[in-house]
Order: sequence, then structure tokens, then C-alpha cells
Amino acid sequence: MWDYSDKVKEHFFNPKNAGAVVDANATGEVGSISCGDALRLTLKVDDDSEIILEAGFQTFGCGSAIASSSVLTEIIKGMTLDEALKVTNQDIADQLEGLPPEKMHCSVMGREALQAAIANYRGEEWKDDHEEGALICKCFAIDAVMIEEMVWANKLRTVEDVTNFTKAGGGCAACHEDIEAILEKVLTEKGEKFDPNAAPIEQPAKVTAIKTPLTNLQRIKKIEQVLESLRPSLMADGGDVELVEVIGNTAYVNMTGACNGCQMAAMTIAGIQQRLMEVMGEFIKVVPATEMSKLVSIEAVS
Amino acid sequence: MTDIYLDNNATTRVDPAVVDVMIPYFLEQYGNPSSIHKFADGVARGLKHARQQVQALIGCEHDSEIIFTSCGTESNSTAILSAIKAQPNKKEIITTTVEHPAILSLCDYLEKEGYTIHRMPVDKAGRLNLNAYKSLLSDQVAIASVMWANNETGTIFPVAEMAAMANAAGVMFHTDAVQAVGKIPMLLQDTKIDMLSLSGHKLHAPKGIGVLYLRRGTRYRPLLRGGHQERGRRAGTENSASIVGLGKACELALEYIEYENTKVKAMRDRLERGITEQIPHCFVTGDLNNRLPNTTDIAFEYIEGESILMLLNKAGIAASSGSACTSGSLEPSHVMRAMDIPYTAAHGTIRFSFSRYNSMAEVDKVLKVMPGIVATLRKLSPYWDGNGPVVDPEKAFAPAYA
Repeated sequence: MWDYSDKVKEHFFNPKNAGAVVDANATGEVGSISCGDALRLTLKVDDDSEIILEAGFQTFGCGSAIASSSVLTEIIKGMTLDEALKVTNQDIADQLEGLPPEKMHCSVMGREALQAAIANYRGEEWKDDHEEGALICKCFAIDAVMIEEMVWANKLRTVEDVTNFTKAGGGCAACHEDIEAILEKVLTEKGEKFDPNAAPIEQPAKVTAIKTPLTNLQRIKKIEQVLESLRPSLMADGGDVELVEVIGNTAYVNMTGACNGCQMAAMTIAGIQQRLMEVMGEFIKVVPATEMSKLVSIEAVS
Repeated sequence: MTDIYLDNNATTRVDPAVVDVMIPYFLEQYGNPSSIHKFADGVARGLKHARQQVQALIGCEHDSEIIFTSCGTESNSTAILSAIKAQPNKKEIITTTVEHPAILSLCDYLEKEGYTIHRMPVDKAGRLNLNAYKSLLSDQVAIASVMWANNETGTIFPVAEMAAMANAAGVMFHTDAVQAVGKIPMLLQDTKIDMLSLSGHKLHAPKGIGVLYLRRGTRYRPLLRGGHQERGRRAGTENSASIVGLGKACELALEYIEYENTKVKAMRDRLERGITEQIPHCFVTGDLNNRLPNTTDIAFEYIEGESILMLLNKAGIAASSGSACTSGSLEPSHVMRAMDIPYTAAHGTIRFSFSRYNSMAEVDKVLKVMPGIVATLRKLSPYWDGNGPVVDPEKAFAPAYA
């Protein structure tokens, strides 16, 4: 049997808000036919404030599907629709004190039902863009569809590539045979041959490009993420990088360790700037933090 | 009342009499059977006796046709890999869609290696079409491997007849009989079965011991090579305590085989009748007229199996389910899909499997709680409306599928 948390058991054995809300004005229905999970979420939304007054669920599914549905209704009651749209499947899983990796899709189903219900209330059509495949990596809950798509999209060739892009196979490594099978299948479809000893493709940034304009906070977070992804290669050369300040689109960094004073520092900084611009889709200037005092003094003068 | 164990097709309690005969092989006769000293001088005799006890249960001609292995899976792998190694020119294998993963996964793997796998379908009652089988038999087929009884539904396949057909076509025949041995009588010497797998823990012996029956004269290639154990057919120091335990378990199984087919069957029948009479919208899967006496697999429509199991477990009742979610896979049981059971029912199948340790009182206890459990879950189900399924469930509730 699954190692369910006490919270999952609590919500399964004593589900909250089971059944349809009587005078509901929003309904979301989602499911996964192969997994045998289906969920209908009904909401009563206050038309003026858009606050969710009542939420009810009807679920065909396993213990964690019922628990996810139950906890979802508890989370969203009292929220406005805009607040509710921010609820992620991770929030649902966290409220349940975790779900086994095989069961994470139950929390995904909860989030999707919520989005479908809100779309229904607003007279929009909700489109499901998430296809689910057989679970391959149990350590990081990555399924076959996800791996296949990444192999296609990023021209991955080896298990190491797959791990770098999806995390799949980065834990216990028991799924490497399955990942090789996927690589073999996709590469054959592409008319290539799978070679387990092929050199891994260039290391990707583990963050993806974003399209909408960034707030300052988002920008800082994103810069941190990119620096984090570059850190291993800097550290391999005995150096490191530290973000000191971000003002507008200028990032001030400290190069430390072997990078500090290295003749290549300027090039490294140029490289970091290039990488940041690629990922963030906007102009970013990377400046050594030693230049900051100049900026401050200029500001003081003006 | 103590907990009720109705999951005997998964594994069984070790019979105390089996434990008793095993103990001396841990504490006194622990010598390596190959050694010549007093710590080992009784072991070879113990193994020989066990071999004869297994022989008696499955009714084979010689005790040397018994090869002890570590489990049913090892026996299955040994049988199929032996057949293809011994006949390298034959590149086809016949099996069924409802075999245990111990066979199916191996066949999937061999398919990648270039073998052609014929997976015979079953009808809605889980039965095979013997005419279709006959047409598949040819000199290209290395082995036909067909389970004796299905682990989920208990449906029995006509393996003796199929072995005879294979034999007539010059094709080797193996049967995975881990669910059948000890539950139904068998006399292998009167059949053309070349190889048979059995597993100790399904018949009240410990886990970690199995047998491959290998008909004398069948061409064979060992899986494990090394020492001379099992006449060189399965190297590795004998698991002497477990072998002796399995022997005892086989002796007891033979003793109880009538009980199994009368008393145990009566318990199964009473549970099955009680449930299907009391609970609407449920049905028994498999071939009702041709089943193991201890197994019933009931599909409860519009609810999901894992939820049922969790509530049963809370009530102190252990059973199992063919639902996707209990196995961690996304698909419901391949056996249910092979029988074309609709998914609203396939996900709600519960298997109750009995043993001689169960009682009628336990059956009554299950009958008492089962209707409530099903009703509780149906109340949560979007396919259920008050006292029955919603009208035209597939249309009334048509979620966007991920």
C-alpha cells in the first residue's frame, strides 16, 4: 500500500465538501481516462466580489484523488477567483503533507479542475495542454510524455542529456533503461541512431526563457537562477560569482575565487551577460560590483 | 475479531508445520549439502525428501524433473530463455495477453531483441480461442507459454490440451502454474507439458523458493551456471531450509486439495453470491464456470479500487485490486483491459482470494461491511446519482481528459 501521509488519510476517510454545491454557478470537469481519475468541481461564486463562497467535489478515483479534491475545496473557499487561479498543484500536495510521486497527478487534476471551473464561470473555454504518460522517473515524478517531448525539442541524445533537461534519472538511476528505450524510440523516429556513449550536448541553462515584462523582484530572482545554473562551471575553474545589486537592467556582480583578478574575468562577465539576455529576453548589463561606488557617487552629485 | 486476510493469490501465511520442519536447517543441519560432515549429512536426505513431496503434488514421473529455484519469476525466465537458447533458429514465442508480468515483461524484452511474440487475446470471459492458437503453432515457434490459472480472475486455461497441441506441432510448452499448484489437482506425467513454474509462497511455504519442473528429455540450457547443484541445471548453494519447507507445504497442499475444492470454494461462493445480491451494479469477472476454487474478482462500477481497499483495510480486511492506482502504473490491470471491461468498472475491481485459513465467519463480516463501503464511495462519485448511476454515465459526465 502507498505510504500516505496522515493528512491524506484524514481527507480520504473524512472528506470535506463532498457532493455537488446545490446552486453552483461554476463547474469544472477533468479526468485522466487511463488512470481512472475523474473530478467534477462545483463552485458558488459571489458575483460582486468574485469570492468563492462554497466548493464541492465529486471524484471517481483513488485515495489520493479524493484527498486532493477534498483539500482543494478547503483551500479555495473564501478566495477570490484571481487568488484561486494562483493555487498550484504543489500547494495541494503541500497541504496534504506530500504525495507519493506516482500520485502527484492527483494534485494536478485538482488544479486543472479549479482552472476549468473558473473558466466556466467566466464563460471561457478551458484548454488542457497537459498530456500524461507512464511514470518513468519515480524520484522526480517525470513521465514518458515529458521526456519524449524534451528529447524532440532539445535534440537530446543521451541519458545524461535527459537528466540535465528534465531531472529524470538524476536520482536512484533505476529508470535509466527506460530512458534509453525512449531515446532509442525517438532517435529512430528521427532517423538517427541511439549511441549510449555519445557526448552529451551542451549544458542547458536550467531555467527557461520568459516572455512577459518582468517586475524588479522577478528580474532579481531570475538573475539568481541563471547565476545558479552557471555556478557549477565557474566552480569547476575554482571561481564563483555573487550577485550584489540589481538596479534597473544592470546587475552588479562580484567575481570571487579564481575568477577574481583572472584575466578571463571580463570574458566571463560578458558570457554571463549573454546568457542572462538569452534567458530573460531583455537587455541586461552585467557590471563588476567594484563599479558600483562610481554609480553611487554620480547619483549623489546629481 | 482479528484482521481478515483475503489476499492469498498475492502471498500466503507460512503454515506453522512448515516453519517447524525448517528450523533445524537453520540451527543444526546448516552445513552445505555438498560437504561431507555431520552438519550436512542430513541435508541431502532432506532435499531428496522435499523433491519427492513436490513430485507427489504435481504428479510428475521422476523426482529429478524438479529443479529448485529462487522464485516463480526465476522459473519462468529460465524456461523461456532455455527454450530460445536451445533452439536458436526458432524466433517466435506464443503467449497470452493476460500472463503475469514475469512472462510479459520478458517477452517485451525479447521482442526488442528481434523475437516475434504472439500474444493471444482473450474474450470477455477471459477465455482463449484454441483454433487461433493452433494456427500459430509452427516450426518457427521456440516455445508456447500459457499460464495454468490467472492470478486476477482465477480463470483456468486448458493447458493440458494446449500442451498436447504444441507437442503434436513439435513446439515446446511451458506453463506458469504458480496460482494453480496446490489449488487444483494435477498429474503432469499424463500431460505433454514440458516445463512448469511454481512458487512456494503461494502455497504456505516461505517466499524465496520456487520450482521449475523440467520433463525428462526436454532440451535445456541453464540460466545460472556454476556449481553442480540441481545436477548442474541451476547452480548456486541450495536454499535448504526453504526447500524442505516447500516440500512440507506441498505435502500439506495435497492433503488439503479436497478441502480447497469444497470448503474453501464454499466460502468463496458465499461471498460472491452475497456481494452480487446485496450490491447493485457489480459483476464477477472471468470464466465463472472454469475458475480456481479460491478466487473471485468483482468489478464495482463507478468507483475506484484503491479507495475500496483503503476502506476495507480500515475495516480490517485485506484484499487486492486491478485498479491502476494500486500498482503505481497509469493503466488499469492488463487482464481487465484484455477482457474489454469498461474502464468505469475495470478501475473498481477487487480480488478476494481465500485459503484454508479463512472461515465462514470472516465471509459474513466482509458481507456486512462491503455494501456500506461501496455506498460511501458512490456518494462521492460523479457517475452516481442517489440510488443508481446517472443516466447514460459516459455522456452525463464527460470530463476533459488529460
